[in-house]
Amino acid sequence: MIWNETKECMSRDEMSALQSARLVKTVKHVYHNVEFYRKKMQAVGLEPGDIKGIEDISKLPYTTKADLRDNYPFGLFAVPQSEIVRVHASSGTTGKATVVGYTRKDIDIWAECVSRVLYMAGIRRNDIVQVAYGYGLFTGGLGLHYGVENLGATVVPMSTGNTKKLITMMIDFGVTAIACTPSYLLHISETIREMGLKDQIKLKTAVCGAEPWTEQMRLQIEEELGICAHDIYGLSEIMGPGVAADCNLHKGLHVHEDHFYPEIITPDTLEPASEGTVGELVFTTLTKEGLPMIRYRTKDLTSIDYSPCECGRTTPRISRFKGRSDDMLVIRGVNVFPSQVEAALLDIGETAPHYLMIVDRVNNLDTLEIQVEVEEKFFTDEIKQLENLTKKIGHVIHQALGITAKITLVEPKTIERSMGKSKRVIDKRNLV
Amino acid sequence: MYVKQISIFIENKKGRLEEVCQCLAENDINIISVILADTNEYGLLRMIVSDTKKAKSVLTDAGFSAIITEVIAVRFPHKSGTLKTLLEFFNVEELNVEYMYGLSTSSTDAIIIFKTSENQKAVNAISQKGEQYGIQLTSL
Repeated sequence: MIWNETKECMSRDEMSALQSARLVKTVKHVYHNVEFYRKKMQAVGLEPGDIKGIEDISKLPYTTKADLRDNYPFGLFAVPQSEIVRVHASSGTTGKATVVGYTRKDIDIWAECVSRVLYMAGIRRNDIVQVAYGYGLFTGGLGLHYGVENLGATVVPMSTGNTKKLITMMIDFGVTAIACTPSYLLHISETIREMGLKDQIKLKTAVCGAEPWTEQMRLQIEEELGICAHDIYGLSEIMGPGVAADCNLHKGLHVHEDHFYPEIITPDTLEPASEGTVGELVFTTLTKEGLPMIRYRTKDLTSIDYSPCECGRTTPRISRFKGRSDDMLVIRGVNVFPSQVEAALLDIGETAPHYLMIVDRVNNLDTLEIQVEVEEKFFTDEIKQLENLTKKIGHVIHQALGITAKITLVEPKTIERSMGKSKRVIDKRNLV
Repeated sequence: MYVKQISIFIENKKGRLEEVCQCLAENDINIISVILADTNEYGLLRMIVSDTKKAKSVLTDAGFSAIITEVIAVRFPHKSGTLKTLLEFFNVEELNVEYMYGLSTSSTDAIIIFKTSENQKAVNAISQKGEQYGIQLTSL
């Protein structure tokens, strides 16, 4: 039942020793190869020799998404360009994307971590797996793809978009497992029901992630499709999907801590939180070569449990996410920051108009509506120009976010202001 | 010939049109002509009023987006074919009519408000060719 028993079932002492050795190596690597880390360590009077083991990790400064942006695109890479074999990119908080790079060994370790997750979800060599995450700059598609190949199962690289074709192939190929966002799987499930094809489906397991979902949603997927559904977590800055996932007991997500060292901190004080309390998840990569991350603040809120799991694994488990310590939204699996909308609207006029993002879930698919107040400088006396304005806003939003949004023009001063600052987002999905 | 028109952006929400009219009434502004262009989600109310400047100021204070545009007012005799004749003038000049609406009618003539792609060209065409058909620019 366990892909890598040596690592996933290691005793706590052995794991600490392994993490210590790997952290010492990682710190030396970044100190000597990344100016950003060297300067940050020097600023607090730290030298690589001061980090003797994993217990010294709290001496190291934090890294944030803003640091990646400030060093866009490749400034934090720790190896020569000739060693980088792939890049991925995700949304940044403003116009610039967050770019990550991998060496060949990084790609192998990533595949190894995803294989652990797939194995945890009951997937074996004889299985046929549809990967229905987007392929491309997003880590979801290729991340899962390499994991399936590494495990030795058959991968069907569907990507996203054509649900009916996906279902046809699911039936014709005898697909037994699928990897996609949970909301997309619910949509697939509904389409299967509408098409009256449920009895022809051989699906038995699903690995879902890239967006927050509730335990109720997981149970709904299991019930509707008659399968097991597993939660996979990851972020491109650390690696991509496969950083953590839940086993068949679904009592938290096992973190692959031989590669990614987790900490929970109190976001206000940045001090370590006591075991079991909810705080911000922070990761340090222990084996990454291309883009090592030292104490990267994920902004995801969760707690961590170090007790051994009944499944036999000793790796700690993080609880289902309790939200974010920033304002990032995940819409259709895509990370969206309100500041991106603001920056996009700024491109249209000299000052950004007031706007309100309304996120909802209709028929299991996320919807985004953006209401924009029509100020005098934006509008004319002709309907066609107002319609052009709507189109233009829709276009810049799509360019900025990578997802389409319904644009609604509203009268000025109708979007509620609180404390002089507009409320930017209404999320009706109740995901936490 | 050039007439000031006020245009107001109105969401398709109950009572908004009434609020515009109430705002004008309270400030003693008379509506001379009005037309509502609508889409699914919002409307655009175009009006010729007795005091455009004041209307803009009171409506803006009341939280509406309002802008002033210059449009052309043309007086016509009540005779079939006159509007067609005028549109012929515009066609010759390759002008587009962005929108038009009637202003008021008496038993002998009517006034139509136009906005064209190039108002100055339209004005020139009307002043040069309109007279023989009884079509004339008017200041209301």
